[in-house]
Amino acid sequence: MTHDHNGHDHPHEPVATAGEPPAAARVRALHELLVEKGVLERDDIRRRIDWLVSRTPADGARLVARAWVDPAFKRRLLEDARVAALEVGLDPGPSPVVVALENTQSVHHMVVCTLCSCYPKALLGPPPDWYKSLPYRSRAVSDPRGVLREFGVELDDRVEVRVVDSTANIRYLVVPRRPEGTESLGEDDLAAIVTRDSMIGVALPVAPA
Amino acid sequence: MSLAPGTTVRVSTRPHEGHHRTPGYLKGRQGRVERVHGRYRDPETRAYGGDGLPERELYLVSFDLPSGDRVLADVFEHWLEAAE
Amino acid sequence: MSTRYDRVMERAAHDRGGWPTDARIERTEHDLADWEMLMDAIENALEARGVMNTDQMRRGIESMPLDEYERASYYERWLFSTETNLIEQGILAPGEIDQRLAP
Repeated sequence: MTHDHNGHDHPHEPVATAGEPPAAARVRALHELLVEKGVLERDDIRRRIDWLVSRTPADGARLVARAWVDPAFKRRLLEDARVAALEVGLDPGPSPVVVALENTQSVHHMVVCTLCSCYPKALLGPPPDWYKSLPYRSRAVSDPRGVLREFGVELDDRVEVRVVDSTANIRYLVVPRRPEGTESLGEDDLAAIVTRDSMIGVALPVAPA
Repeated sequence: MSLAPGTTVRVSTRPHEGHHRTPGYLKGRQGRVERVHGRYRDPETRAYGGDGLPERELYLVSFDLPSGDRVLADVFEHWLEAAE
Repeated sequence: MSTRYDRVMERAAHDRGGWPTDARIERTEHDLADWEMLMDAIENALEARGVMNTDQMRRGIESMPLDEYERASYYERWLFSTETNLIEQGILAPGEIDQRLAP
């Protein structure tokens, strides 16, 4: 059977590259079929991959650092994180609503999606495997302190842990507490200590040594 | 029906075949409305190719854990009943 | 045989909150493979074009048998759901991908 290249010259993707699961070849075949059927455009797919590659928790960190130094911005961030992100020139992504949750002396937020893996990936990059894993999704809502302990976070009994399960259209981002010893840091240096995990709520930012 | 923040609610335990976004671990539990998110298209009908209209009110509801901590989740109005 | 069902077993495979488990959380991470980014892009493009919506996507994943759901990786679930939805809509014929892959 001869191959039909539809008039354009391009090398075939290998059916499977070493180490890839069978799904890899299926996805490539799906892509080719949908392009041939006119359902998808190659360039559009390429742009979307570029967008995904460009997503980084450094974006979320900028929001947190700005909130730490500017109380009025923090109020705007907590009011509507999507609008606040746009204000700083960031792309909040296609989700219609992003809500920032502030950690305080008495409240510590932690985010999970027990039903699938909802996550503010426009501002944090793709979610880590463990966030999507069955044990995290199961235990975050029944034993949050046990989960935090596994991540090396031990909170005082007087702090209330609030686990937020993103079950619908809202995407949640945690604004961690600014650590002691960072009073002299500028916004860029503050952003550098805000980790992805601290914006999920399973880690605490650490002041530089 | 609109539930104000602070209202005590109970999550319905009615059986539901098919896609819905109310997790099993919350069904039958009593909680408190924390935020009113606004109206959104119904995922239960969108999941089968429908347009999801009419929109339904979505609430952030908190549930107490034995440890004194809380779980919060976004629950649609038609899964909530006002409770004492 | 007990007639009292374990409440957890009444739940669908994806509904994991509070599912009994002692499993530790493996702190694995990996950079997305090319095929995973491609799958992500395909699904989002289909949504942007109104071919599928997020809820159809989720419903497709939820229709996976329990053991397949638990064994599949994240983007393998996306693939399953996308194929399911596209076949349902008649955009893909059943077996069309298999035919394309056949040597």
